[in-house]
Amino acid sequence: MLRAVEPLEQAIAARAGTAAPLAVRDLTVAYHRKPVLWNVDFTAPAGGRIAIVGPNGAGKSTFIKAVLGLVPRVGGEVLVFGKPVESQRRAIGYVPQRESVDWDFPTSAVDVVAMGLYGRLGWCRPVRRRHLEEARAQLDRVGMADFADRQIGQLSGGQQQRVFLARALAQDAQLYLMDEPFAGVDAATERAIIDVLRELERAGRTVICVHHDLQTVPEYFDHVLLLNLRRIAAGPVKEAFTEANLQRAYGGRLAPPELVAAVRG
Amino acid sequence: MLAHFWSILSLQAGYNTSVVLIGVTLLGIGSAAIGTFVLLRRRALISDAVGHATLPGVGLGFLTAYALGLDGGRNLPILLIGAGATGALGILSVQWIRDHTRLPEDAAIGTVLSVYFGIGTVLLSYIQSLPGGARAGLNSFLMGQSAALSLAEVWIIGAGSVVVILLCLLFFKEFKVLCFDQDFATAQGWPVRKLDLLMLALLLLAVSIGLKTVGLVLIVALLVIPPVAARFWTDDLKGMTLIAGVFGGLSGYLGAAASALVPRLPAGGVIVLTAGALFAVSLIVAPKRGVIAGAIRQLRFRWGEAERRGLMAVADGRNPTPVQAGILRLKGFLDRAGQPTARGLEAARATARDQALWLRYLEDFPQEAMACEDWARVPIDRVLPGDLVAELERRLRLAGS
Repeated sequence: MLRAVEPLEQAIAARAGTAAPLAVRDLTVAYHRKPVLWNVDFTAPAGGRIAIVGPNGAGKSTFIKAVLGLVPRVGGEVLVFGKPVESQRRAIGYVPQRESVDWDFPTSAVDVVAMGLYGRLGWCRPVRRRHLEEARAQLDRVGMADFADRQIGQLSGGQQQRVFLARALAQDAQLYLMDEPFAGVDAATERAIIDVLRELERAGRTVICVHHDLQTVPEYFDHVLLLNLRRIAAGPVKEAFTEANLQRAYGGRLAPPELVAAVRG
Repeated sequence: MLAHFWSILSLQAGYNTSVVLIGVTLLGIGSAAIGTFVLLRRRALISDAVGHATLPGVGLGFLTAYALGLDGGRNLPILLIGAGATGALGILSVQWIRDHTRLPEDAAIGTVLSVYFGIGTVLLSYIQSLPGGARAGLNSFLMGQSAALSLAEVWIIGAGSVVVILLCLLFFKEFKVLCFDQDFATAQGWPVRKLDLLMLALLLLAVSIGLKTVGLVLIVALLVIPPVAARFWTDDLKGMTLIAGVFGGLSGYLGAAASALVPRLPAGGVIVLTAGALFAVSLIVAPKRGVIAGAIRQLRFRWGEAERRGLMAVADGRNPTPVQAGILRLKGFLDRAGQPTARGLEAARATARDQALWLRYLEDFPQEAMACEDWARVPIDRVLPGDLVAELERRLRLAGS
């Protein structure tokens, strides 16, 4: 279903040196004058599966929100495929945290997934039958075809998470930003998310996930961005996801056995 | 009297009355449509602030028209422009307080609402002291009086309502994603602030044209009650908007008819009472979300639980409680003497097996079991695939031996 990015296109982009899926320079964000992110630099490799890792309150979600322009940036620059993020909305798919919406909203799973198509539809064009069929196909990809017509409040937490994932898939984006997709989900949902991540990787799409479970980082991701207010480390998991870096990111808050287990994966 | 009321309702009581009826019906539909989105955007109370904030504008509009010598001050377009202007100022005041102080939005709304209304009442009492001002009829802006509407006024109301309805339909998809998930809408590139402004502008338009009919004190009811009542009947935004439109239109239609029948009756009150009655009926009898449906669901659940516990007692060779025994007897699981029948023993065995399997499932697959909506509520064979149930049975036997 996904079109693979042309290798040639990728090669040209790589030579141009500016067209990384996401390039963040000197990003600073503050809430009520208190800094949450401080001079963060990060460049996402094309086609990578990137985990953003750090302790609670480290600014992981804020990083994603600042990239998308959902929270104001005090300073810094965000380029998506070499252009300002505001002009690249169609290239970005977004999976917000599940708690961010009211699940009693009068709408069904398939209607929520169809929202992923709104960007492509444009102003004032209504959702038609074929769009709903496309939304159903996306629900099928995350194993939710049987729940398409349920009111979203009637779904379990994991199923709601999969609805959000299907909505992002419907956006057919080149760069995906996901805020804790694995948080509090059941095994079936975890499986579905992993499958989707692999599928996106095969199609050459770039995925950036806020991730809380250190143990699974080496298994699910190939790159990592360690954050705690500032950038602690970033790079391929093998190089950047080290005991020393984790210690620096988490300070004394991480029990050593858990830390060691995470690094050895 | 009844015959006359019927002739009003069936649009046979003269051209003027019929036009008023149609205009106010359109007003009800339009207010309900924009009200649906405002409600889902969690801004229902804003409409109350807007309503009250229009009063100083009505007063200023009157004074302007009075000074210009237009209709002795009662020039509806000028009054509506004034109402719209201070209504907009009211919204801006609420937003400014919310964004630039640490006050919560409800405090901002309460403050703005009462201050603007206070300014309005001072202006009105000044107007009443003017020569000819006492009969200015501005009081109809407080409580509403559709019978006093002139034809020109009804045309303004009708046209404004049609504009609100059409724009709600045109921007249905945009408003939907904005109301459901503002962050996603922003990430997708929709100009969220502008959409919010459009929504508030439509709200302001609905409030302004509704002022003279419903009155600014009660206008919030025409915006909020129909969608709230409609929510009871549907889980779909299109359905909710449609039903809200029907409820709002019906309220406007009946209210205007009553006001035509008894000219001294405040139309606003009757319109809101109709909407309130529709709300009360919805609250009680709606099939899924209504109070009765909820009570029946609860009763069924308790009944099923009592039956299950009773059967477990039978399976364990204990005595069921009197309530449980009564239910089991009704189902033919116990005979008159309180002894289990053959069917009762069969059912008890099945229940015991089901419960043991569900518990095994919870122990061996805790994550899946916790996520399973039907856990222990529905027979396990109907929920889980056959091979998984067989595996659980094998594990049960292993644990038992």
